[in-house]
Amino acid sequence: MGRYEFLEEVALADCAVEVEANDLDDLFATAAAALAEVMVDPATVPTTVERTITLTAPQLDLLLYDWLSELIYRKDRDREIFTRADVRVSGSGPFHLTAAVHGGVIDSELTALRADAKAVTFHQFAVERKDGAWRARIVIDI
Amino acid sequence: MKVRPAGDCVWEIPPSEKPGMRVPARIYASEALLAQMDQGVFEQVTNVACLPGIVRASLCMPDGHWGYGFPIGGVAAFRADTGVISPGGIGFDINCGMRLLRTTLTEDEVRPKLRDLINALFAAVPSGVGAKGFVRLSEAEFRDVMVEGSGWCVRHGYAWLEDLDHTEGRGCLPGADPAHVSARAVSRGRDQLGTLGSGNHYLEVQVVRPGGIHDPRVAKVFGVDAPGQVFVMLHCGSRGFGHQVGTDYLRLFDQVMRSYGITVNDRELACAPFSSSEGQAYFGAMTAAANTAFANRQVITHRVREVMGRVFGKDPRELGLSVVYDVCHNTAKVERHPVDGEFQELVVHRKGATRAFGAGAPDLPDVYREVGQPVIIGGSMETGSALLVGTARAMAETFGSTAHGAGRTMSRAQAKRQVWGETLLKEMEARGIIVRAASKSGVAEEAGFAYKDLTAVVDILHRLDISRRIASLTPIGNIKG
Repeated sequence: MGRYEFLEEVALADCAVEVEANDLDDLFATAAAALAEVMVDPATVPTTVERTITLTAPQLDLLLYDWLSELIYRKDRDREIFTRADVRVSGSGPFHLTAAVHGGVIDSELTALRADAKAVTFHQFAVERKDGAWRARIVIDI
Repeated sequence: MKVRPAGDCVWEIPPSEKPGMRVPARIYASEALLAQMDQGVFEQVTNVACLPGIVRASLCMPDGHWGYGFPIGGVAAFRADTGVISPGGIGFDINCGMRLLRTTLTEDEVRPKLRDLINALFAAVPSGVGAKGFVRLSEAEFRDVMVEGSGWCVRHGYAWLEDLDHTEGRGCLPGADPAHVSARAVSRGRDQLGTLGSGNHYLEVQVVRPGGIHDPRVAKVFGVDAPGQVFVMLHCGSRGFGHQVGTDYLRLFDQVMRSYGITVNDRELACAPFSSSEGQAYFGAMTAAANTAFANRQVITHRVREVMGRVFGKDPRELGLSVVYDVCHNTAKVERHPVDGEFQELVVHRKGATRAFGAGAPDLPDVYREVGQPVIIGGSMETGSALLVGTARAMAETFGSTAHGAGRTMSRAQAKRQVWGETLLKEMEARGIIVRAASKSGVAEEAGFAYKDLTAVVDILHRLDISRRIASLTPIGNIKG
């Protein structure tokens, strides 16, 4: 998996994260892992649920926006948090995503809750390929 | 960026400082509070000054800090005929706001039962990530909530009729249009009525201490009678429903604004002309979310009344559990304010800023008409909150707006490095504040030292006369998301 780092100096009350990976599939999977880490302690979510998600967007950065927004939406609708994702990104505009996501339902007795992610913002939002790696900067409203 | 003094505790960034600024940016702060603001505030308040149709100035309140799009504490008004509406000027938590309930109970009466009370409130008001409420609604019923707001709660036994008078806009803003709300927003938020959320959202039991009543005459009008009196304060918003409305329309505006020839310095400021079909659709959906937030705080009020009635063995009316006021601090509303000596219809965006209408202003209930509206400013769970009153000066200077809280000075991660949640809970308990929290790490993030000194913020508001201090409220128990 790629790596991610939370940035403290950006948007004081919210959560900024920089994600880096060797390829787009990994970038999207790593961003999902970072999002789960914002909301819960991933170790306290049993892997009991597997879902398939498919998305299409006209631009690559909007595909990332829609992908993370979808995971936030499912957290509220179904109380499901996905701690691992196998992602396949394809196309060159429009862009397509197919993902198998793994996780579980929030259990108020077992799951160590953190911040309730409200939305992905466009503040400093960026996806770029630089020096042979894919990078994204994401600010999540919490 | 050049920030120059423009009066007592007023600072201005002239339009010459950034290409595209249509009006100056104005920051209300003491020198010390200004120094605590990060560079992001100055960038963001000047980015807002570039948006089409903005009038007078782009404002930032003394609690301002770096947000996304607008700064937190940002206020901007746009002409309704030629200006824009921007989700980034409202926030995803549409109509996040504060509600204050008074009681006739004293701290001496509450202390012996405080732990039971906090435990019972924690059980009755779900909080934390993904929490669902007790109200079960069909899609059609949820659409009724969007249109009626607190009025729906009256019809279904979750509100007293007089609660409406004590809620901004009577808990129902005009213009809500469920036809412009996505199915995703409905399915995301339909089961969350009566839930608190997380982050800095809370339900707090407070007391007014000796010396905590600063203006006895107005305090009396607001129902603040004497030191020792107990209050309950709520801070929450429209939950996943509002978050999804914000997400849907930010995404839409990002794509359509180019067709209107609009460019922005920060993509989060994506906007559309207020009069456009997209602008009107967002306004209809955003107002639907605002009304749902009123209903959310009202359903929580109902639960508080049930719990306190049970714990103290009395009818909630006997406990005097009435609403002092309910104020929004994340909205855009159509209001009339003077511009160049003439009243104009404006779309006033307040993001982390509270309406602060003074005496005689429209929308105030009879009981507050002669003094101005109550302004509720939430502080940290350790240090307390403040009750103020709106002023004529705010009407003239800030589109009838003031601050909304203490404002953060420290990132959440930095706060967590300085204290463990468990440690803070014990320290607070030793000081007489009982806390129940859905998230222990969230407790550390909300430590008092992570925020500005609320007194310093309130002092500046009072000195500027954009709201006047009435009472200080000290926490004795807190439910945190």
